[in-house]
Amino acid sequence: MAISLIVLCWFVYYPIVDNFLISTTEEDIFTGEVLHVGLANYERLINDPVVWRALWNNFAYAGLSIVFQVFGAFVLAATIEGLASDRWRRFWRAVYFIPSAISITVSGLLFYFIYQPKIGLLNAALENIGLGFLIQPWLGSEQTAIYAIIAMSQWQGFGYSTLLFAVAIQKIPRELFDAAIMDGAGPIRRLWSLTFPLTREMTGLMVIVTITGAFQVFNEVMVMTGGGPNNSSQVLGTWLYQQGFIENNFGYGAAIAAVVFVVTLLTGIAQLWYTKRRRVQW
Amino acid sequence: MVSTETAAPVKETSIWTAVSKAFLWSFLICLGIVVVYPLLWMAMNGFKNNVQIFGDPFALPTHWSWQNYVRAWNQGVRDYVVVSVLVTVASAICTVMISAWTAFGLTRSKLPGKPIVLIVVLGGLMLSPTVALIPLVKMFQALGLYNTFWALIILYTAFRVPFTTFLIRAYMLDLPSELDEAATMDGASEGQRFWRIILPMCRPIIASCIILHVLFSWNEYIFAMVFTSGTDMTTLPVGLTAIMAKHGTDYSVVFAAMTISALPIVIIFFATQRYFIRGLAEGIGK
Repeated sequence: MAISLIVLCWFVYYPIVDNFLISTTEEDIFTGEVLHVGLANYERLINDPVVWRALWNNFAYAGLSIVFQVFGAFVLAATIEGLASDRWRRFWRAVYFIPSAISITVSGLLFYFIYQPKIGLLNAALENIGLGFLIQPWLGSEQTAIYAIIAMSQWQGFGYSTLLFAVAIQKIPRELFDAAIMDGAGPIRRLWSLTFPLTREMTGLMVIVTITGAFQVFNEVMVMTGGGPNNSSQVLGTWLYQQGFIENNFGYGAAIAAVVFVVTLLTGIAQLWYTKRRRVQW
Repeated sequence: MVSTETAAPVKETSIWTAVSKAFLWSFLICLGIVVVYPLLWMAMNGFKNNVQIFGDPFALPTHWSWQNYVRAWNQGVRDYVVVSVLVTVASAICTVMISAWTAFGLTRSKLPGKPIVLIVVLGGLMLSPTVALIPLVKMFQALGLYNTFWALIILYTAFRVPFTTFLIRAYMLDLPSELDEAATMDGASEGQRFWRIILPMCRPIIASCIILHVLFSWNEYIFAMVFTSGTDMTTLPVGLTAIMAKHGTDYSVVFAAMTISALPIVIIFFATQRYFIRGLAEGIGK
């Protein structure tokens, strides 16, 4: 027990505290002199349009992920679990999960190529099905870049949440479904009045996990656009990296990190509160 | 008359069921294609040359040659794989051992202060690597561990211990306590109880934990990118972006490198699906 306490306090907790200290300083990169600047970095944060853009992008990430990876995955999981053959259920769960096993770097690079105007699959596919007017440089345009990245992330992540929902649905006793069918409830009615309420705990958890994840997004943006074009696809994570490590504004980077900390802490507390509540009984 | 009136609705429902079933299956199949096709495209592009890649993107490679795969392997991927394997194995061992020992302490010992330890460990679940990034870099530079294997092994362990402990603890709580009580009566020490009795009983959850850790550290990017800068210290995900930067115009080599990096984890997933799913389910369900 002692060793895990030491490791955690040293490498997980202490840096968080240290991050707040760093966020009140500014370091001269040439002399290495550390100046205490109070809340100046936070003032700068509020006036930085890129921070607001990044925050919006993080929210868009969270919102769209909730739609697809929580509610979409829930419906999909219920559909798969409703199939008669166990072999097919296992097959679809596994197929949809494959992208989640692959690293975000690989899928990010893969979709970088798919979105490419010249060699990419997406524009070629649109052309082939007669939607040629939609063709555009998906990652090269300020309007579409972040949404193209979010779309990739849905492709990668929905199988994971589908799998988790499937496990939750399997825990519902079969008799309840049989009774509902006897009472003449159709599939949509069963989904809405039976499956949904009985997996509410999982749904709540998934919403929270998804929000936390959306505010830690880094990898896919870094690989696919690096935050561009013109900072339109920056998220807090990449802007923090850009400021802290490319432009050597450690203090300012730490202030951005503090924003991420506050958001993830709030969702973390929500998660604890949610799991502590009484579970749905059946 | 009577018979048609009763027969008609039944027939209607069966047509309706068939239509909805067909719709459902075509939806599942389309979604399956959307998921799998990009991956096949990636692997196939590894066999093409640039001329073919710039041609019809849907075309199959005209001749199947392993040349690009061999080139990708020799131009860096081999070294990245070695680093990734090393970091993954070492951090998996550290994480699982520390977590199992902590979970054992939390569930089986009578030490005081257990609630505090529990809060510290589970609280760690909420903290994200991004937030700690800048202080950690400064700390590792001061410790002289920056740009070493140790940096990654320590970080992967520290940030995965909370989750892994959480899983193993949940499993240990469900184990009957009579067994180790009997062992204590027979004079077994704490260490003996852990190694001889509890750990072997936890084998299934340990397997899940190892698989989940492998998945994490094989794919981890942000720590690997920030904490290592030398070429001999590069893990696969970071190495891929390096290949991309170096061979950006030689697309087929990049595709081959991506395929090589994705393949092991997909194989591991299919081989260990059972544990995978259990680990995921336990991780979020409790």
